[in-house]
Amino acid sequence: MLSNVRTLWMVFLKMFKKKVTIQYPEKKAYLPPRWRGRIILSRDPDHNERCVACYLCAAACPVDCISLQATEDENGRRYPEFFRINFSRCIFCGLCEDACPTYAIQLTPDFEMGEYNRQNLVYEKEDLLIDGMGKYHGYSFYQQAGVAVGVKPKGGGEKEDPPVDVRTLLP
Amino acid sequence: MAKVIIDNVEYEVPDGKNMLEVCLSLGMDLTYFCWHPAMHSVGACRQCAVIQYRDENDTRGKIVMSCMVDAVNGTRISLQDQKGKDFRAGNIESLMLNHPHDCPVCDEGGECHLQDMTVMSGHNYRRYRFNKRTHVNQDLGPFVYHEMNRCIQCYRCVRFYNDYAGGKDFGVFASSGRVYFGRSESGTLENEFSGNLVEICPTGVFTDKTLRKHYTRKWDLTSAPSICHQCSVGCNTLASERYGGLRRILSRYNGDVNGYFLCDRGRFGYEYVNDDKRLTKVAQKATSDTDAFASVKNLVGSKPRMIGIGSPRASLESNFMLKQLVGEENFYQGIPQHEAQLAETAFNLLRTVGVKTPSLSEIETYDAVLVLGEDVTNTAPMIALALRQAAKNQPREEAYKLKIQKWNDAAIREVVQDRTGPFYTATPCSTKLDEIATQKFTGDTNHLLALSDKIIAAIAGSQGGNDNTDAYANDVAKALLSCKKPLVVSGTGMMSKEILLAAAGIARALKVSGKEAGLTFAVPEVNSMGLALIGGKYWDEAVARVQSEKDTIAIVMETNLAYRFGKKNAESFLKNCKQVVMIDSLENETTAFADFILPAGTFAESTGTVINNEGRAQRFYEVFVPKNEIRSSWAWIDQLTHSKESARHFDTIVEEMIAHYPILEKIRDLAPDANSRIGTQKIPRETHRYSGRTAMNANISVHEPKPPLDEDSPLTYTMEGYHGKAPSKAIPYFWSPGWNSLQSINKYQIEVGGPLHGGNPGIRLIEAGDNTGGDLKNTGSNKTNNGTFEVLPSHHIFGGDELSAKSAPLATRIPDTTVSISSSALQRSGIEGAESLSINYDGEAHSFKIKIDNSLPDNVLMLPKGFNETKGLLFPFFTEISKG
Repeated sequence: MLSNVRTLWMVFLKMFKKKVTIQYPEKKAYLPPRWRGRIILSRDPDHNERCVACYLCAAACPVDCISLQATEDENGRRYPEFFRINFSRCIFCGLCEDACPTYAIQLTPDFEMGEYNRQNLVYEKEDLLIDGMGKYHGYSFYQQAGVAVGVKPKGGGEKEDPPVDVRTLLP
Repeated sequence: MAKVIIDNVEYEVPDGKNMLEVCLSLGMDLTYFCWHPAMHSVGACRQCAVIQYRDENDTRGKIVMSCMVDAVNGTRISLQDQKGKDFRAGNIESLMLNHPHDCPVCDEGGECHLQDMTVMSGHNYRRYRFNKRTHVNQDLGPFVYHEMNRCIQCYRCVRFYNDYAGGKDFGVFASSGRVYFGRSESGTLENEFSGNLVEICPTGVFTDKTLRKHYTRKWDLTSAPSICHQCSVGCNTLASERYGGLRRILSRYNGDVNGYFLCDRGRFGYEYVNDDKRLTKVAQKATSDTDAFASVKNLVGSKPRMIGIGSPRASLESNFMLKQLVGEENFYQGIPQHEAQLAETAFNLLRTVGVKTPSLSEIETYDAVLVLGEDVTNTAPMIALALRQAAKNQPREEAYKLKIQKWNDAAIREVVQDRTGPFYTATPCSTKLDEIATQKFTGDTNHLLALSDKIIAAIAGSQGGNDNTDAYANDVAKALLSCKKPLVVSGTGMMSKEILLAAAGIARALKVSGKEAGLTFAVPEVNSMGLALIGGKYWDEAVARVQSEKDTIAIVMETNLAYRFGKKNAESFLKNCKQVVMIDSLENETTAFADFILPAGTFAESTGTVINNEGRAQRFYEVFVPKNEIRSSWAWIDQLTHSKESARHFDTIVEEMIAHYPILEKIRDLAPDANSRIGTQKIPRETHRYSGRTAMNANISVHEPKPPLDEDSPLTYTMEGYHGKAPSKAIPYFWSPGWNSLQSINKYQIEVGGPLHGGNPGIRLIEAGDNTGGDLKNTGSNKTNNGTFEVLPSHHIFGGDELSAKSAPLATRIPDTTVSISSSALQRSGIEGAESLSINYDGEAHSFKIKIDNSLPDNVLMLPKGFNETKGLLFPFFTEISKG
């Protein structure tokens, strides 16, 4: 008996507390920048695709919902020919972002992806690629890598010496 | 046996090994780079350091390189000692100083020995903060991609390319920190085995350019054990698929056949599988809406007069099924009669001549070689690679006398230098193997036959005359008799039965003189021996038959008749048939004449058994199920007589075949049957890390399809199944925990470089026996000599094989079609300085550009076999020449 009265009293007191529910969708909840929502592909500072089609996101994905095919441009710069995420399978774990060596794949604070038709949850590269750098500004993978691929001359990256002269006899 | 102590545990190990081999064979994980089981130790990379102790009281020990320590009684080392571990981690850190941050864009990533070893040694974080040295890359041609920044200077590439494979256009340049591996200038790597650099290189300096065009990581590939279909050697390969296309070919270790290596034709000649001209649908001429397959089935079901044309590039099962369908007396071999007889001769000789036919790896153990009439570098390249190793055997003996161990490669090379053992060639023109030959000899067919007779006589002890031929014959006989194991290599390259008989005669004479002789034949195609075994009537009879019986229906299987007999002959044959059913994989000039087409699988989309040049039956498996109507030829034929529900499985067909051909009895054990399980599981073709399953088909439908079932083999098409080490007869890929690269093969071998656990796959069907009696004279008639010039076929590794020539990367390496002639012959014919010359064949004039080859005898011309302009020419023939 006493317990029931106590419960009623506690519920009554709640009427004077601040509401936790908000009037979604008119009002939006705050989502921190590192919230794991809709996946995007970003571009590097030179506005090129950051993705180098290394397949690490696909390998890391626990539900195998990422599939892509690598190809390269005339300079040998690698990029995905297609890049597909099946969001009807995605569990938004963020392992793909963790695995990505180029900051290309990122999770964003957006979850509003509801669809009536499951097929519409299959996102291709055109749906994923954004215009900016996303969360990580200024990073360009090809400046760190040893390959040239039209981005820089050989040896022109960060912390690289110019190519050695194999014909020199100096010690 | 020697007793060695590793980390205070005593092991018994075989003699003549080094401690690295011993540790790896015992299944221990020890890091290494420069050592390779086929090329042994040089002690260059310092990565396999261990601590060696004098005895049990020694607590300090010293650092030694395990690959340079002989495993003798009492050797005491430690892998676990912290000093050794620190040394290995420190060493790899130095090797990694200049290694670029490339892994995501490097094709080796995920199957990189350097990655594996770095992780294994415990060097996890880079401390180096300074500039890295860089190198300019070279364009090495259509096969190999060069990215020199990644090099860790292990020297494996140059040791393989120059020392093992005899390459001349590759080397190591510069000094100290600038060391550079490449060519003296950009350009195509010319050696036939350049593709092995991809597997030899422990990191990504050399990668597969054909894979690069449609790159996929190792873990994403669906792979199956396969057999190379591009020549008669039958090298074991791993063929891999992704998204419905074949992505690459790797060598699949088989200690009896190709070991670790493959030739470039086999490795890079696979692109025809992905060709736009693949036949993918059952088709009926001039109609599109009816059920074409029902029509074929009705046609065959109405029991018409049928003939079947079999093929040496189709599997045993396919040929057998076709023979069963049309009946024994209606089955014909889809190759020129002369070629069929050659293969039969080779097949019979290997069984009856009483001389052992060595396996490919056994060829490396012979210490004297005579190559008669065959340009093996081009007809069966892997035999040439094995012969190059055999040629080093006798000079190596000298090193062994100096008590240098067999694994001590650097020291042995120092002793051997450039010397090669007794190695004799006798061919129509100079071949690439002449560069290691002690002496060489060129001549036309009759000249070579005369030489052979003289060699046989000289072996028997007669001196003979004293002209050039006699002198050469005496030298050869003397050299072959003074060694332990002489090997005679020949083949169907000259298209001469007499040459085969002569080679067999020499080998037998050696055996009779008490030598452990060997005899190896190269034959034209992957299943030439199989077709010879299945047997079938000859082509000429088929031609006569359709001429007389106009209501014949021909079923042509995996044979491009225009390629084999010339367009004119093929056309007239096909027009004489009432209807033609073609089972083939690629659209070609012949398929245009087909009334019905059943799309056949290439090696990648079918399962079957083929017999290689030594009589070894080997099984290849379907790599993937294509998303169209393509299937194995035998499955098509089965469906013509059975309904889909009652279709017979592969094992049933094999059993039926064995019932008809008792000689095939052993192929029952060639592979586990389709019902075999490891525990309760099948063997998956996909790795356990296979990615993208729920997305790869999502663009078509988000509802994932049921994966295809494999009812014909112990493998599955999915990643579900047994992920331990697969049995040796069905290894779809090599992987072991911590060993993602191909070096994980170590874990599949009983001892490194030795046979696989469970035995090397493949079963030899024919053994020579000891009967050295019987007559070796040719019973057939010789071709009449109706011209001054004998035209012999020349063979080309690139272009000499019908299907691989259609692969884009290989196509760029195919030479122009030229006729080879010596300058003195040109002069004698009075057409000196001519650009091209014209020859007569079958009453028709053919004109070819001239290529001067002064090694040719004056009465011999050579034309490339199997090229577009020379298809349908039946070698050898005689002709007159004229300008034009």
